[in-house]
Amino acid sequence: MQKPSTILFLLVLLSLGSFLFALSVGSLPLSFADILQTLTGDGSQISKTVVFELRLPRAYVAFITGALLSLAGMLMQVLLRNPLADPYILGVSGGASVGAMLAISAGFASTLVSMSAFLGALFSIALVFALAHGRGSWNPSRLLLTGVVIASGWGALINFILSLSPNQSLKGMLFWMMGDLSFAHSEQLTNPVLPLILITGLLLSLIMARSLNVLSRGEMQASALGVSLRPLRLSLFLLASALTAIAVTQAGSIGFVGLIVPHMMRLLISSDHRWLAPACVLAGGSLLLLSDTLARTIIAPEQLPVGVITAFIGVPLFLYLLSRGYQQQVTP
Amino acid sequence: MSLLSTENLKIKISNTRVCDELNIECKESEVWGILGRNGKGKTTLLHTLAGLHPIECGGINLQNKNLSGLNRKQIAQQLGILLQQHENSFPCSVLETVITGRHPHISNWQWENKNDYAIAEDALKSVQLSHLANRPINQLSGGERQRVAIATLIAQNPEILLLDEPNSHLDLKYQIQILDYLCHHTKQHQKTILMTLHDLNLAARYCDKLILLLGDGKTLIGNTKELLSEENLFKLYDYPVKRIKSDNQIIFSAY
Repeated sequence: MQKPSTILFLLVLLSLGSFLFALSVGSLPLSFADILQTLTGDGSQISKTVVFELRLPRAYVAFITGALLSLAGMLMQVLLRNPLADPYILGVSGGASVGAMLAISAGFASTLVSMSAFLGALFSIALVFALAHGRGSWNPSRLLLTGVVIASGWGALINFILSLSPNQSLKGMLFWMMGDLSFAHSEQLTNPVLPLILITGLLLSLIMARSLNVLSRGEMQASALGVSLRPLRLSLFLLASALTAIAVTQAGSIGFVGLIVPHMMRLLISSDHRWLAPACVLAGGSLLLLSDTLARTIIAPEQLPVGVITAFIGVPLFLYLLSRGYQQQVTP
Repeated sequence: MSLLSTENLKIKISNTRVCDELNIECKESEVWGILGRNGKGKTTLLHTLAGLHPIECGGINLQNKNLSGLNRKQIAQQLGILLQQHENSFPCSVLETVITGRHPHISNWQWENKNDYAIAEDALKSVQLSHLANRPINQLSGGERQRVAIATLIAQNPEILLLDEPNSHLDLKYQIQILDYLCHHTKQHQKTILMTLHDLNLAARYCDKLILLLGDGKTLIGNTKELLSEENLFKLYDYPVKRIKSDNQIIFSAY
């Protein structure tokens, strides 16, 4: 196994490479030289429009969304100490979807759809929190079951809305649910909220990181080794939910990134959360950015839902790492 | 000096009374044993002393400070507990597990330094697992995992060691070697051990003092030699135990 710092450096290169790839491919192919020229202020008007109005905003939102999702997935997995946990397991995306679909069926524009999705996510977080922490003792299985039940409740509500919706809004709704980054626009480039949220999330995760290492050995053991469980659990739950809510608001419920990137990084780099958190941010961002670039180019001018591509890339990659990981364990 | 003491400690688990009025004082260099039947609260007593289980009434003092006034980190700096169950949700190496024992001694932003790694490696050496340091923990046998947990506790280096069945999963050789090491280490560094045991011969061999949990809240506390009579043991286990003297050694055997 390589040193964690080497792998982290390679992931930084991968992220930069993904950005270059995303800026260069499309209906108007741009060479790396063109991109460099455009980014430094030179370049033709058309390439400026393509880069700054279309590709860069979308790449930027894709990267941050992927990073948020995989960070949230990592936090959820430790909180529930369940390898099957993903950012959506506690119903945040279900709540957001219902909010978004109500807004879409009311005919609102994309900003209002996002706001409505965010409100739906917050409502779902509050609901799960109140029900799981309400009375009696707190434990991961109670939180997990509460979240899963709420999530399936949202699922039923989504099907209900879908079955009543007229045809013209159906495609929008389905794309939203599978994840769609085409809402990204150039104003987002100058808005510092998204990167600030990501950086805050990463910093908070790093502060908690060593406690998370201990928490993966079980709550009792963590407590015995000096971790105050109550505040840690609460911050984990709130942080993971908030990051998920922001991600879902940006791009709908893109599946798979939040489940698989944390596992890939555990196999690739370490289970130490101080390495895992930044690795998840870089790898999650790159995976979603590459997937989205493929999603908009493979059958251009038609677009595929990005969630489909994350799965197409992620499934074989994950299975490969898994088998490699087990081989390493068998022959130490 | 008293490292761990209780004042009229009362513990209950739903309907089981573990102890009604427990008063003990574990001084430095003392090894205490806790004996009792299944489900009579040996583990709960240890968890309570570690602050992991609520107290019905009474109090616990760590080095003359009330336990309820300390936060988890302060407790973990002086008191460590070997739990019966070990959880490993995610892949992780043996050394990575043992280094978590240093957690209470490192401030939030700091990383483990060379000294912490040296302590963890020494701890692994003392349970004879140095050769498995980089092995994933889920490949280990039950006994090896138990030794990893003991190494984690040694790396934590607390003054008060609470051991819940330290010899479970261990083969004969390691039962003796590890208890030898822990008890010797305790006497050498003026620490104290409280451990639950099922093996009377090990209790007689290692413990200076014993707490017998008789069930229904009654306890017998005293020096090991005086307490381990056939009469007391029958009361304790509700089963006859024979005390045999051979070669200056006392051996206990169930009928």
